[in-house]
Amino acid sequence: MRDASPRQWENPAMNQLSPPARILVTKIGLDGHDRGSRIVAAYLRDAGMEVIYTPPWQAIEAVVKLATEEDVDVIGVSSLATDHLLIPKFIRALRQAGLDHVGVAVGGIVPPDEIPSLIAEGVSCVFGPGASRAEIISHIAELAAQSRRNRADDLLEIP
Amino acid sequence: MAENAANATQLPLSEFDRAYAKWRSDYSGQIGNDRPIRNRSGIEVKPLYTPRDWSGDRYNDALGCPGQHPYTRGIYPTMHRGRTWSQRQLIGLGTPADYNERVLRILEAGASAISLIPCNSAFRGNDCDEVDFELLGTCGTVVNTADHMDRALRNVPLDRISAAMNDPSPFTLLAFVLATAKRRGVLRTAVSGTSNQSDYISHFVANHMFYRLSLAGSRRVLVDHVEFCRRHVPKWNPISVVGQHMQQAGATPAETMAFTLSTAVQYAQDCLERGMDIDDLLRRFTFFFDISISFFEEIAKFRAGRRIWARIARERLGAKDPASCRFKFHGQTSGVELTRQQPLNNIARVATQAIAGVLSGLQSMHTDAYDEAIATPTEESARIAIATQNILREEAHLCDVIDPLGGSYYVESLTDQMEAEIEKVIAKIDAAGGMFQAVASGLVQAMIGESALAFQEKIESGEQKIVGVNCYQAADDAQADRPTQRPDADRMRAHVEAFKAFKAQRSQVEVSRALDALSRAAGSKNENVFERVVAAAESGVTHGEIVSCLRKELGFGHPLIVA
Repeated sequence: MRDASPRQWENPAMNQLSPPARILVTKIGLDGHDRGSRIVAAYLRDAGMEVIYTPPWQAIEAVVKLATEEDVDVIGVSSLATDHLLIPKFIRALRQAGLDHVGVAVGGIVPPDEIPSLIAEGVSCVFGPGASRAEIISHIAELAAQSRRNRADDLLEIP
Repeated sequence: MAENAANATQLPLSEFDRAYAKWRSDYSGQIGNDRPIRNRSGIEVKPLYTPRDWSGDRYNDALGCPGQHPYTRGIYPTMHRGRTWSQRQLIGLGTPADYNERVLRILEAGASAISLIPCNSAFRGNDCDEVDFELLGTCGTVVNTADHMDRALRNVPLDRISAAMNDPSPFTLLAFVLATAKRRGVLRTAVSGTSNQSDYISHFVANHMFYRLSLAGSRRVLVDHVEFCRRHVPKWNPISVVGQHMQQAGATPAETMAFTLSTAVQYAQDCLERGMDIDDLLRRFTFFFDISISFFEEIAKFRAGRRIWARIARERLGAKDPASCRFKFHGQTSGVELTRQQPLNNIARVATQAIAGVLSGLQSMHTDAYDEAIATPTEESARIAIATQNILREEAHLCDVIDPLGGSYYVESLTDQMEAEIEKVIAKIDAAGGMFQAVASGLVQAMIGESALAFQEKIESGEQKIVGVNCYQAADDAQADRPTQRPDADRMRAHVEAFKAFKAQRSQVEVSRALDALSRAAGSKNENVFERVVAAAESGVTHGEIVSCLRKELGFGHPLIVA
């Protein structure tokens, strides 16, 4: 189904990462609509990233643990039915676990008036319905590169 | 399906051939680069349909008149001219008291049917004191006990109003309704409605939100539930087979119809094995579908579905009663096609989907609110969704003629082709050992995943255009900034506190006795689990306790993930 020809949406930023960007695609909370998270996971995988995919309903602690063990650069959280209301708790848990360098992007249905507070909490971007593959891949690649840079800075600070 | 000139008996053949040949040559000369067009189910659609594609000489076998086998033109003799579809909007938000306020307003406005969507916490099998408070009531009503149901349905006459419950296995909401009816002195035999989301197979395939028990456990409880309802709640539809989840998850319309019919066959066979009577059973089967904007394809999907189901019921399942062959379906306009961009455009999309539904001869309909790609609908957007149905019914003259597209060369030919495509997929499921096996092995999920990705590729490549998304983009309109309504936190907190107090105060002896009986029933092959669920609901046992008890006995519902 997928051809091997070069695609215009391929973003050079992600190809610079070595080893490849590691992305956790997950759903926290109570909703189980997973078409979006599956498709995004497939996009990122096809774009050369290493994708760790979880089924829906992950507990926040479980996602934090997985992110630590899998040493991911970015976490993509899909929310179709108000689970984004847990994002503040989720980001707090990430910070407490020392995962400050990990980028967080959200995708799905988030009412526009509730997006600013997610951004203020530290979410880099909220992808709504209709977001294109190119947008998603290039943003996640950029976020992963940023995450690696953050981590490198952190390491330099260690005396 | 192949062009068959011999069928074109109504016309002087040579004259038609001459005219057709001239059109063909004019068309080729003027069209320029004519790329092939395929519908979502993969069927190539031609620029013109003629008597060569459908001549009407198979009218009796393929169509029949409305209310007659094989029901292609409709399941009743009068269809929408006699009685139009019922409007069944799904609602549910906040506490039971919040829900009650809204449902009474709907009834005052003249509705004769209601629906209830529980909170996502209930879908996950939890009570309100077990989950993150932030999420309570944001997607449905928090109903965990018979008391909660009694409050939610205050002043709703249970013997006169048909109540559709979004109520997956083990059907605690129906148990709470029956407990409420008992308190009010309403006979079980007078209670009417539908167990929506009783189709556990669709949940394992596509909407993982709804299952609570293991695949095998859900199978057992569904048959118990059907058996109980047929015996004690005769006006209740215990099974609603859902194609909607699969199509929303990406199955093509033809795949969706095939999976849904295969699921219905599986359920019917499971119930037959229990010794139920096929005609008593099938008259209470209902179906629930998505209506996408692929207009003619949807109409052909439903017409073909009616025909295949009539054949399956009679030939494969051995039904004798014509009522068993009637493919009764509810349609919901496709939410996945609504866009966040320029949200008011969705009103046009919903209207188009709804027209396809009406022309398909559906029995009841839910029209989506235009803002569903942004948030849970507001009262205003919900009102427009209902008005859309009213306009179609009252102003557009869509109901004057039964099956108005019947006899169209294109629609009949497409109906035949969709039928063939659906039959092909049904054969694949049969070869895999039936729907239960095909889902347990992941075959169905893999097919849906592939179709979803293929459709997404069409959008990405621009082959499938979506206004405001990959063409005609514009700055979003200002109404996107309106504030989102969330349940009142104080009322919800009081609701949770009252629930905790209720749990502490009720008779613990009675609760343990009911839960013991439930566990024993689940462990025994000869007892009806649902009967014990109803008894437990009457004894003050909560939703979360019932689900958790059955999960222990019958297995936890984990997602079946396929690579």
